[in-house]
Amino acid sequence: MALCTGCEAEIPLAPTTEIGEIIQCPDCGLDLEVISVHPPELAPAPEEEEDWGE
Amino acid sequence: MNIGFLCSLIRKEEKLLLDEFRRRGLELTRIDDRELILDLHRRQWDFDVILERSINHSRALHTLKYLNDCGVKTVNTYEVASTCGDKLLTTLALIHDGIPTPKVYVAYTPESALQAIEALGYPVVLKPAVGSWGRLLSKVNDRDAAEALLEHKETLGSYHHSTYYIQEYVEKRGRDIRSFVVGDETICAIYRTSQHWITNTARGGIATNCPVTPELNAISVRAAKAVGGGVVAIDVFEMPSGLMVNEVNYTMEFRNSIDTTGVDIPAKVVDYVLEVARR
Repeated sequence: MALCTGCEAEIPLAPTTEIGEIIQCPDCGLDLEVISVHPPELAPAPEEEEDWGE
Repeated sequence: MNIGFLCSLIRKEEKLLLDEFRRRGLELTRIDDRELILDLHRRQWDFDVILERSINHSRALHTLKYLNDCGVKTVNTYEVASTCGDKLLTTLALIHDGIPTPKVYVAYTPESALQAIEALGYPVVLKPAVGSWGRLLSKVNDRDAAEALLEHKETLGSYHHSTYYIQEYVEKRGRDIRSFVVGDETICAIYRTSQHWITNTARGGIATNCPVTPELNAISVRAAKAVGGGVVAIDVFEMPSGLMVNEVNYTMEFRNSIDTTGVDIPAKVVDYVLEVARR
């Protein structure tokens, strides 16, 4: 389980979770970046920058 | 085979692509652009190919230029990223190849931009030359709005907002087409439907399957080739006179288009990346 940095909800990470993956806290809706899988650790996702996109 | 995967954040698309490589037993070297230190004097790299999936255009652009200069094959190339990352350059490439595209004026000062807007006729669409996901697009309906917007852009905008990309407003009747080109083929397409004049799925546009007609395939592949070819997504308007290309995207997002079209887009992209590696 990883902890949401916003509301401290416990979030299960799927076995296929990637470092750098963006997930959303199911409780508070905060976007989070997976910064470690073993042990599971999350950080607030980076703010959108001007040159982000496709 | 030594395959690199240039990225930072892992969106749904990157995850699907990574899964597809691994499903085929292909090992990847992930290159996180946030940790990257480019020694510009180093010229030897062992990669057979690198798939670029950075979310930051500027990082993608500079890294691709460096890699291509080193002789590393990339999907897409620097040329494609450079052209697609700048709407002005994309429009020029489309015009150069004779592909129908909305009329565009470019100006560099608020005064000349206002003249250009009035010459084009209301409404017009102002877009930042660099930008995505429908950010900071403005539909300008009259002179009052134009003057206010130009003043705001001059006062609040960073330097690249001082290149005014002014496009004729195209009445899309609630939808446009996003087609996906991989190599020489339009692999699938979606309609993007919205009550709003901005139809990007990132802004709430609804995706439904769009049949790839010979006309859509032809204009999509021509647009892809105009910007340098590879793996690109084309935004297409349906006009009474035929199809018209609005924009071309080089790090395409496709999460809403796999189930919608029934086409395994990540598999098609990986096929293409491997083909490039073997050339």
